[in-house]
Amino acid sequence: MSLITKKRAQARLAYMLVLPAVLLIFGIYVLPIITVFGISFTDYSLVSNYFEFIGLGNYRQMLTDEAFGNALRNTLIYAGLFLPSSFFISLFLAIAIQERKQFRSILEVLYFLPVTSTLAAMALVWAALMDSNQGVINLWAGAIGLGPFNWLGSETMVLLSMALISLWSVIGFNMVLFLAGLTAIPANLYEAAAIDGADHPVDKFFRVTWPMLGPTSMFVAVTSSITAFKLFDTVAILTQGGPNRSSEVFLYLTFLEGFEYFNMGYSAALSLVFLGIIFLFALVQALFVDRNVQY
Amino acid sequence: MARLTLKNIGKSFGETEVLTDISLDVEDGEFLSLVGQSGCGKSTLLRIIAGLEAPSRGEILLDGQAVTELAPKQRNIAMVFQDYALYPHMSVAENMAMPLLMSRLPMHARLPLVRHVAPAARHAKPGIVAQVETVAKQLRIDHLLARRPGQLSGGQRQRVALGRALVRNPGLFLMDEPLSNLDAKLRVEVRREISELHASSGLTFVYVTHDQTEAMTMSDRVALMQGGEVLQVAAPNTLYGAPVSVDVARFIGAPQINILPVQSRPDGLYLGDTFLHMKIACEVSDLQIGVRPEALSVRGGSGLAPQPLHSGAIILPFQKYMIEDLGPEILIHGCFEAEPEIEIRIRAQKSTDYGHARQLAASKRLSVAIDPTQLMVFNAQGLRLELPALMTRNMSEVAL
Repeated sequence: MSLITKKRAQARLAYMLVLPAVLLIFGIYVLPIITVFGISFTDYSLVSNYFEFIGLGNYRQMLTDEAFGNALRNTLIYAGLFLPSSFFISLFLAIAIQERKQFRSILEVLYFLPVTSTLAAMALVWAALMDSNQGVINLWAGAIGLGPFNWLGSETMVLLSMALISLWSVIGFNMVLFLAGLTAIPANLYEAAAIDGADHPVDKFFRVTWPMLGPTSMFVAVTSSITAFKLFDTVAILTQGGPNRSSEVFLYLTFLEGFEYFNMGYSAALSLVFLGIIFLFALVQALFVDRNVQY
Repeated sequence: MARLTLKNIGKSFGETEVLTDISLDVEDGEFLSLVGQSGCGKSTLLRIIAGLEAPSRGEILLDGQAVTELAPKQRNIAMVFQDYALYPHMSVAENMAMPLLMSRLPMHARLPLVRHVAPAARHAKPGIVAQVETVAKQLRIDHLLARRPGQLSGGQRQRVALGRALVRNPGLFLMDEPLSNLDAKLRVEVRREISELHASSGLTFVYVTHDQTEAMTMSDRVALMQGGEVLQVAAPNTLYGAPVSVDVARFIGAPQINILPVQSRPDGLYLGDTFLHMKIACEVSDLQIGVRPEALSVRGGSGLAPQPLHSGAIILPFQKYMIEDLGPEILIHGCFEAEPEIEIRIRAQKSTDYGHARQLAASKRLSVAIDPTQLMVFNAQGLRLELPALMTRNMSEVAL
């Protein structure tokens, strides 16, 4: 067999081998995105066979839709509560655990356990704990003279409660990421720092740990942001957007529009905006993590 | 400028004893090397001197002051790490400025953001920048100040690490195998530079290495370590010519010294059943004699520089295994024919007509002449005895 035909045969084999994966990705991701993209320009509704092309109508509707503004605001408030705390608490825990010699692996497992649980099921447990009348949390808070708090029933508290539940479920994961980042910092950098006089914990943190954790921090921040915007299951199970739509977040609104009000066209447009936001975060990560934070 | 004194330093990690009772004196301005195979405890000792590790026992004095309990930064020392340990996220200038920032600025002026506006930081900055530049010029890295360590070659990184250590004006300079990550050619170059640095700075250097060439060429004195103990501290020449024990003799010198177990009987020395025609005035019967490879000369092979046969040399036949041509000289590996079969290494100068060396390559059986004046005598425990070996007969009778 000549070299060229052999090369061609090899190329053909290669294409055949990637074909199943390409088809799957196309069928599961690309095709639905294109479909949703198409639907978002129509007034397609689940309850009617008739639909027509309305151009940018759905997107124009968002600008004036009070529910859209409400959902966006709720999502941002929730993200504002969830993001910094999920980042800094897990960083703090990771540093605290890493410096321990005993119990390190036990603590790691304990903090990681919530990640392995099913959030939908755990949400119900949290609902019981946070119950305003019989909940254990209010009982304890009362014991030290606080509360009672209306965790899930108050418009001002419900987003905080959602953030707390998400924190509980995600901290272990972020902590493990940070631990991996910390372990990757060469020990002799700390030794060099000690000789250079940077042996105070504050100096060690700002001169060595924090800068060396750059790529990990970026990754944690971006994945946490995406998690924050994806808030759905706890809302759907515990509050259904209430009370008075104060926990109606972006993804939940999309779900409501599509499957409660049957406005598929509008829902598709919301989905695309959501996709755009996630894409933005992914882009930030791709640009900064892969280039700027490299040494 | 500093004088370092170690008093009975010991270190154990749990049950494992890494260092046992080490006492050392390093004079002001001296270059002392700690040499030994990996795992001998030399790096641990250096880390104890630096303060990165606390000794389990013993005391460290710098200029007569006890520093055992002090943090590294309070000891007036600098250290160069094996892989340099430069901060990868800082520029060369920032790396070098680090020790100065830490010693000259109060804590609040070192915090992020605050450090850009704090008056203390602004006042100290010109002095720090000037000092970094001076040292950078001295090390010829002033054109690299804006770069990151990742953009530098190995040799340049090495210089930055030296610079970071020098900039703080330490009394004692510690180095942990600083050349082991450089290629062979660069190593020779940096070796010379470090020697020059030592000469020009007048600082006290403690230098850890496993490479005896480095230790021998750079040091005023060498401390040879094995199994957590210092076997001998001496000038390189003394270490080579007058080792205190077989272990020292074995470690120093490449190729390794030849060690022959011998028996001292009333009529003289025996190597197995071979009579060596030598006598040592010694009560002990089991001895070891050591001969450096260059103290042996080969007989019966052409191509080697003719060596005048010492008036009292003994000649032993041996089986040749292999020749290694090093250019100006050759190494001959072989084994004595008579029992016990001891491996020997001979280092011989080539003659101008090395072309005839085919004969040397072809000949399996050669003889080696041992010059008794070049022998070192050790007892069975490996300690060197200051005893001369005497020929029992004269040369003409001995030659086989």
